[in-house]
Amino acid sequence: MQNKSRKQWLSYLATADENYLISLWDNLNMKIEYNWLREPEIGSVMVQGKAGATGDNFNVGEITITRCSLNLDKKIQGHGYVQGRNKYKSKIAALCDALMQTEKKEIIKRNIIDKLIKYKNNKRNEILSKTEATKVDFFTLVRGEDK
Amino acid sequence: MYVSVKGGEKAINNAHSWLSEIRRGDVNIAELNIKQISEQLTLSVDRVMSEGSLYDKDLSALAIKQSRGDLIEAIFLMRAYRTTLPRIGSSKPIKTSKMLCLRRISATFKDIPGKQKLGPTFDYTHRLLDFKLLADGEYEKAKIEKYDDKEIPHVLSFLNKEGLIQKEIPSGRTSKDITRNPINFPLTRSERLQSLSRGDEGFLLGLAYSTQRGYARNHAFVGELRTGYVEVQFEIPELGIEINIADVMFTECESVNQFKGSKKIPAQFTRGYGLVFGQLERKAISMALVDRSMRWREFGEEYLGVAAQDEEFVISHCDNIQATGFLEHIKLPHYVDFQAELDLVRKIREEYKKNEQRT
Repeated sequence: MQNKSRKQWLSYLATADENYLISLWDNLNMKIEYNWLREPEIGSVMVQGKAGATGDNFNVGEITITRCSLNLDKKIQGHGYVQGRNKYKSKIAALCDALMQTEKKEIIKRNIIDKLIKYKNNKRNEILSKTEATKVDFFTLVRGEDK
Repeated sequence: MYVSVKGGEKAINNAHSWLSEIRRGDVNIAELNIKQISEQLTLSVDRVMSEGSLYDKDLSALAIKQSRGDLIEAIFLMRAYRTTLPRIGSSKPIKTSKMLCLRRISATFKDIPGKQKLGPTFDYTHRLLDFKLLADGEYEKAKIEKYDDKEIPHVLSFLNKEGLIQKEIPSGRTSKDITRNPINFPLTRSERLQSLSRGDEGFLLGLAYSTQRGYARNHAFVGELRTGYVEVQFEIPELGIEINIADVMFTECESVNQFKGSKKIPAQFTRGYGLVFGQLERKAISMALVDRSMRWREFGEEYLGVAAQDEEFVISHCDNIQATGFLEHIKLPHYVDFQAELDLVRKIREEYKKNEQRT
């Protein structure tokens, strides 16, 4: 398994809109057997910034995080690190992470990960196109005394 | 002697019942829900997250509802909740140059790569009450235009190339977390920035304004102001893989300040930095100005003895929860302390009287 693609799906699961992810998962109606390695718990991550954007690191403030870990069998583990305090979202993320390492990979990719990517891209496009519409076009007036 | 006093339980319980009722208000009017607050009072929500030092919109909205809209009380609730959370770790430093900007302006350069983009701003509105909002739910839709999805570089990086502005280079010092370690003056800049980022907006605004009016004069320009979403990268401990664990809205301000040079440094521009959760540009600008004025030692400037230069004064008083905790505690029963003072004053007056009779 490539770390790069795992990094990608974990990122989209972590930052997914929780209601959207839950509806995608519930629609699949999958019954998965698993054991908890760590039941969902809520915690925080301290976000670091850089002074002047390029200088020393400093602590800006914390974000809420929920995490859990589970296994499908002895070999396959899934980790659900997600933004926010939704334990069900965290569990779905861990299950998806685990299933992405099995033969069910295609189902999860097509029905969940790809849709999360599309959802996020749409959001991004929406913001960029609205921001672009507020771009300032300067023009200079010719003043009389310069003639 | 310490005398404990009991009683008042019934009064307290009944006071809290009334608080609950009055929070609800007129029951003939629909109750506010958390989503309404987080979607429609976004800037209050942002302020509570920023000064509560915890980015979670739903919690912030809940705190605002619970506190009847008293934002400092809401910030108090957020801070209290924050202390109950186990800290899972620290993120990688965020890259604000990769921000998905809703707004990006510069007051120093007109033509900049990435252009000036106003975003959803109150600037240039007429500040007239809009009675249409009273009447119906109508709103204008945002316009859209085709765009280039290119990274928007920081404006000050252009001045950097000419060497006209002081560079921000990492000193290599690790930053202490002021929420976990007692602070010792003098502080590092990182510790000051952490305090300022969670500091009270009103206090920082007042101090920043004082520098503009001439107390530690540092004529500041807004080199750049940007608001938008930044990816927070975090390494999953079990996997050693760094993921985008959260998308967080920030406002960042870089101020450009005049600097005539000193024995240490030739004339160049210097900078101040503001970075806060949410769309809080008044606070980000204030933070940048106050950060700059506290850097006098680093630039070999004169200490003029004014508030905005005095880090002990600024940092010890910018936290509104510390301030309100100490301020508001004096309304709680101090009967015994006051009784002792009363006895003392009576005794002094008696002695004074005796002395007067003698003469």
